[in-house]
Amino acid sequence: MTEAIPSDVRPQLDQLPGLDPRWSRMVRATDHDGIVRTWHVLDNGVEPTVGTMLCVHGNPTWSYLWRRFIAAVPPGWRVVAVDQLGMGWSERLEVPRRLSQRIDDLATLTDALSVRGPVVTVAHDWGGPISLGWALAHRDQLAGVVLTNTAVHQPAGAAPPGLIRLARISALRTAACVTTATFVRAAAALSGPSLPAEVRRALASPYVGASRRRSVGDFVADIPLETDHPSRPALEAVADGVTTLVDVPALLLWGPRDPVFSERYLRDLLTRLPHADVHRYGHASHLVTEDAPETAEHAWRWVSDLCLTPVRSTGDDAGSPQPARNVGGPLPWAELAERAGDPTVAVAEVRHGENQEISFAELEERVRDLAAGLAAAGVRAGDRVALLVPPGVDLTVAVYACWRVGAVIVVADAGLGFAAMGRALRGAGPDLVFGVPKGLAAAAALRIPGRRVLVGTLPGRVRELLGCAHSLADLLELGRHHEPPPEPPVDSDGAVLFTSGATGPAKGVAYRLGQLRAQIDLVRTMCAVTADDRLVAAFAPFALYGPALGIGAAVPDMDVTAPGTLTASALADAVAAINATVIFASPAALRNVCATQHALTEIQRDALLGVRLVMSAGAPVPLQLLRAVQEVLPVAELHTPYGMTEALPVADVSLAELEAAGPGNGVCVGQPLPGVSVTLSPLTASGRAEGELTAEPDVSGEICVSGPHVKDRYDRLWATERESSRTPGWHRTGDVGHFDGQGRLWVEGRLAHLITTAGGPVTPVGVEQRVEELDRVAAAAVVGIGPPGTQQLAVVVVPADAVPKPRRQPRRRRSVLADPQLTETVRAVAGVAVAAVLTVDALPVDIRHASKIDRTRVARWAERVLAGGRVGHP
Amino acid sequence: MTGASGMLGAGVASMLAERGDLVTVLQRRPAGLGLPEVLADVSDAAAVRTAVAGQDAVVHLAAKVNITGPWREYQTANIAGTAAVVAACRAGGAGRLVHVSSPSVAHAGSSLVGAGADPADPRRVSGPYARSKAVAEQIALDADGDALAVVAIRPHLVWGPGDTQLIARVVERARKGRLPLVGSAAALVDTTYVSNAVEALVAALDSCSNAHGQALVVSNGEPRPIGDLLRAICRAAGVPPPERRVPTRLAVTAGSVVETLWSLQRLTHRGTVASDPPLTRFLAQQLGTAHWFDQRHTREVLHWSPRVGIDEGLDELARWYATGAVS
Repeated sequence: MTEAIPSDVRPQLDQLPGLDPRWSRMVRATDHDGIVRTWHVLDNGVEPTVGTMLCVHGNPTWSYLWRRFIAAVPPGWRVVAVDQLGMGWSERLEVPRRLSQRIDDLATLTDALSVRGPVVTVAHDWGGPISLGWALAHRDQLAGVVLTNTAVHQPAGAAPPGLIRLARISALRTAACVTTATFVRAAAALSGPSLPAEVRRALASPYVGASRRRSVGDFVADIPLETDHPSRPALEAVADGVTTLVDVPALLLWGPRDPVFSERYLRDLLTRLPHADVHRYGHASHLVTEDAPETAEHAWRWVSDLCLTPVRSTGDDAGSPQPARNVGGPLPWAELAERAGDPTVAVAEVRHGENQEISFAELEERVRDLAAGLAAAGVRAGDRVALLVPPGVDLTVAVYACWRVGAVIVVADAGLGFAAMGRALRGAGPDLVFGVPKGLAAAAALRIPGRRVLVGTLPGRVRELLGCAHSLADLLELGRHHEPPPEPPVDSDGAVLFTSGATGPAKGVAYRLGQLRAQIDLVRTMCAVTADDRLVAAFAPFALYGPALGIGAAVPDMDVTAPGTLTASALADAVAAINATVIFASPAALRNVCATQHALTEIQRDALLGVRLVMSAGAPVPLQLLRAVQEVLPVAELHTPYGMTEALPVADVSLAELEAAGPGNGVCVGQPLPGVSVTLSPLTASGRAEGELTAEPDVSGEICVSGPHVKDRYDRLWATERESSRTPGWHRTGDVGHFDGQGRLWVEGRLAHLITTAGGPVTPVGVEQRVEELDRVAAAAVVGIGPPGTQQLAVVVVPADAVPKPRRQPRRRRSVLADPQLTETVRAVAGVAVAAVLTVDALPVDIRHASKIDRTRVARWAERVLAGGRVGHP
Repeated sequence: MTGASGMLGAGVASMLAERGDLVTVLQRRPAGLGLPEVLADVSDAAAVRTAVAGQDAVVHLAAKVNITGPWREYQTANIAGTAAVVAACRAGGAGRLVHVSSPSVAHAGSSLVGAGADPADPRRVSGPYARSKAVAEQIALDADGDALAVVAIRPHLVWGPGDTQLIARVVERARKGRLPLVGSAAALVDTTYVSNAVEALVAALDSCSNAHGQALVVSNGEPRPIGDLLRAICRAAGVPPPERRVPTRLAVTAGSVVETLWSLQRLTHRGTVASDPPLTRFLAQQLGTAHWFDQRHTREVLHWSPRVGIDEGLDELARWYATGAVS
C-alpha cells in the first residue's frame, strides 16, 4: 500500500542533485512480527515488461545512492530502491533490527510493491548480505546479482576492517554513529577526490539529529564479528547460500581504494561466485557508485546482455557472450619437452662479465621439478602467481613451471612506476608471489597479497620478516619427490600482463595458454626462426620466449625495468655468450646502444656481425634511430613490429620498407602478419569510431585486430572488455590509422588523443612527424585545446637547442611562446590550422618505454597555458 | 543603419548599398559614404523614429565603445539608443533588426575556452561598456516577436585597415613603448577581420527568419596567443614589438589602481583628460586570459563563414600601413 510523502519529508527530497522527487513514495506493510511499518522507496513506477532492478543500500547511506541507476533505466524496466527501516526516510526504530529481520523486511516490501521476476538485485555495503538473503529466498524470480563493495564473510584469520572494529566499541559507536554525525560524514568522505558538497549533504540529509541516527549505530552493532553473535547464523547462511548461485549471472563492481571493504573481500566473493564478471574502478573508494558514476551505465549494459525476455524467470542460461576459445593445439612448452636431454644452452644470464647458463636438459628437468613442487605445496590450476624476478634462468624456470601446473603468471614490471605496479598486482590478486629479495620487499611495501616464494637466499630472520613460506630451492627439492600434475588444458588461463599505462591506468590483460602459444608461433613466423638461431632479449616479454621457440636465449646485463640502461658493450657480450643471431630490444634500449657504441672493442664489434635480425618493439621507432642502429649492427635486417599488450605482433616492417614507403600521415607499420586480420572502424565527424568496418585505402579509423593470439579479455575490467570487443570477433586497439594503396597500415595516434576540430577529427602523429622534420625542432607533440568538436590545435615543441635541466635549478626561462619565425615555419609545415606553437624543455613520456609521449598530460598543460594560466612544466 | 562612420559600420552600409539595397545611415557626424544620411544622436528618439520610418530593416551599430568614462554616457548611447531604435522599428513597421552586441555582455573576467553565447547578464559583467551593452541586448532581444525579427550579433575584437579602435591603440602604445605583454602572453584570443564581420552582419540581416531571437558570437574562429597577435600587428604597422612583461595578477591590480587614479583625475580636471588610461583592469583581464568561441552554431545559422584568414588579414594591414594610409 503506497501513500503520500509526509509534508515534513517532501521538501527534503525536492532539491537533491540527480534525484527526481516523483520517484519517491511511502509504502506501508505488515512485517513478520505483525507490526505495520512504513518504508520510503524510490520507484520509477514503470509496469515492467522486461524485469525489475531491486537496489539495497548499506550503512549509513540511503536509496539516493541508486539515483543514477534509476535515471539510466532502459525501457521495460522497473527500478525499486529501498530505504531500509530506521534508515533514509523510512520509519525510525526503537530497537536494533537483526540481519534476518532485514532480509524478511525486504521480502515484505517487495510483496507490498508487487515485485515479480525477473529481478536483478543490486546492493552496496551491508546491503549485500540482505539483498543476497532476499535472492536466495526468491530463486524463482532471480535473474542476476550485482554487488558493489560488500562482504558476506569475514575471511578466516583476517582482522575485520579497522573502521568497523573501532565503531564496534560500544561507547565509541554511540558517540560516532548516533550522538554525533561522525560515521555518517565519514562514509561520504572516503572518496578522493571528494564528492561535491551537495552530494555529501544529500547522502547525510536523512541523518540529521541523534534520534534519526539510532539505526546507524544499531546496524554497526549487528555486524557479527563474534562467533556467538545473534546475527552470525543468518550471515553464515547467506555466505554458504551464495555458493549455490553458480547458475545466476553475477557482476561485481568494485572500488579498490575502500578502506572498509578491501580487495580481500572481493577475492572472498570470487571464491563463492567464480563465474562472476568483475569490474574494478581503479580510482574508486567505498562509495564506488559515486566515485565512478559510470557504474550505472555499466550495470545496465550488463543487465541488457542477460537478454532477459518477459517470459523467462531465471537467468540460468543467460550471460555475456563467451569469447572464442582455442581448443586443442600444442601447449607453450611443447618445444621444451622435445629438447629434454639436450645439453645446449637454453638460457644464459650475463651479469658483471660472468655468465650463468642452463641447458635445455637442465631447464626441462627444473621446470618439471618446480611444477611438481608447486603442486605439492598446494598450488592449483587457476591460481595466480606474481613474478617479481628479473629475466634470466630463475624467471624462465618459474614461468614454465607455473604454466605446467596450470597456474596463471601475473607480470607487472617496475616500468609501470612503483605505485602503479602495486595497484596492478593488488588488482590481479595473486595467490603466490615469486620474488628476489628486492621483489619481496617491494611486495611487502605494496601490500601485495599471496604466499611468498623467495628466489635467491636471505638470512632466516629476514626471510621470516618478509613472510616467505617457501623458497625456489625448497620447492625444487620438494618436487624431486613428487610427480608433476597432469598437463592443463590449452584453454586455461596462462598469463595476466599489464599495459604500460601510457594512455590511462595500467590494464591487466588475460591470456589463455593457447593464445600465448599462438603469439609464440607468430613471433617464430615473423622472425623466420630456425634451429640455428639464438636470441638476445632486452625486451621483457620476449626474454621468456626462447625456450618456447626452441632456441637458446641470453639476457644482457642491464636493468630491464629501465631500457635506457642497455649499453652497446653489454649487448655485444650477451650476443657473444651464445653467438646470437636475433636481438629484441625497445627503442629506448637501442638509443642507448647507439649512444655508447664508441666503447665497443673490436671483438665486440665482430660478435655483433653475427646478428641477422633486430626487432625493436614497444613504441614507435624513429627512422633516424634505425639508421643509427644499422651502423652498430651493419649486417642485421632491422624490423619494427607493431602491436600492443593485447595483441602482439600485428604487423611488421623493415627499415628498407620504411625508406621505400617515405613520409605519410602517421607511422608506417607495414603489412599485417599472415594469420592476423586488421580492419578499421571509420571515424565520425565528432571523432568516434562508429563506422562500418572497412579495409578501404585512405580511410582513417580505429584499428581492429583479430587473430589466434589476441587477448582473451581484460582482467577484472568487465566494462572495458565489453567496449573493446563490442564488434564480435575483433579487438578494438584504441589506435587510429589507415591503409595505403599497397595494403600497408599507417598508425596516426591514439583514439584518446584525437583532436576534434570544427572541421573534423585530426590525428596527431602525422603533424608531429612533419614538424619534427624541421631543423629547429627536436621533438613535437600535437594536442587539442578546448571542448570536443570545436578544438583548436596546439603544437608543443622541444627546440633543438633545448637543454633539459633539473627542475630545482633556477634558470632563465625561455618564453613559452615560440618566436615568430619558428611559429611561422611550424604553421607552414603542419598541414592543418595551428592556433599556437609553444616551447618546452622536455615532453613527458611513459616510464616503461621512455618514448610514448603522454599527450593527455601535454594537452592539460597546454590548455592551462593557453588560457592564461601558470606556465610550469607539462 | 545606425553608426556608419566607423570601420565596421561603413563596411556594412557600403556592402548593402553595393548589392542594391536602399540604405539610409544615421550617426552624429557625416559618414562620407555618399548615402542618404540622418545626422543625429541615436538616443534622440524622435530623430531615430523619422529615420527608421518606412525602412524594411535596421542594422543598429551605434554605440559608445570605450573602457572607461562615466556610466551615464554609456547609459544614454547604448541603453537609451537601443530602446529608441526598437521603438522606432515598432512604430515605423521595420520587420528586421540586427542588433550589434559584444561577447563581453555575457562574461566576467574568467577565461573563455571554446565558449558558446550565454545570455546577456548585466550583473555578471565588468565595466560600464559591457554592462550597458548587456542591458541593450536584453532590450533588443525582448522585442523579438512576430512583427519584428531581432538577431543580436556579437563580433569579437574586430580589426582591419582603418581601425581606430583596437589596431590604432595597440600601434600607438607600442610606438610609445607602453604596450606590455601580460603574463606569458599565451592566452588564446579570438578576433574578427573586418570584412568577415561585415559579411556576418549582412548574413544576419538575410537570415533573420531562422536566426531571430538568438545572440550569436562572430569571430574568425582562429584564436591566437595574444602575444603572437600583438607582435604580428606591430610588425604589420612597422613599430617595435612589445617586450615588457607584466605578471597577470600585478597587471590586474595595477589596472584597478590606474582606473581609480584616472577617475579621480577626471573629477578634479573635468574635461581636460582626453586620452584613455594606460591600463585598466578590464584590459588587463582581456590581455591575460583566453577568450575564444565555438563558432559552429553561428556559421550554421547564418550560412556564413569567414573568407579572410588572420594571416591574410595581417598582410592586408601591412599593405595598408605601407601605403601610408595612417589617419
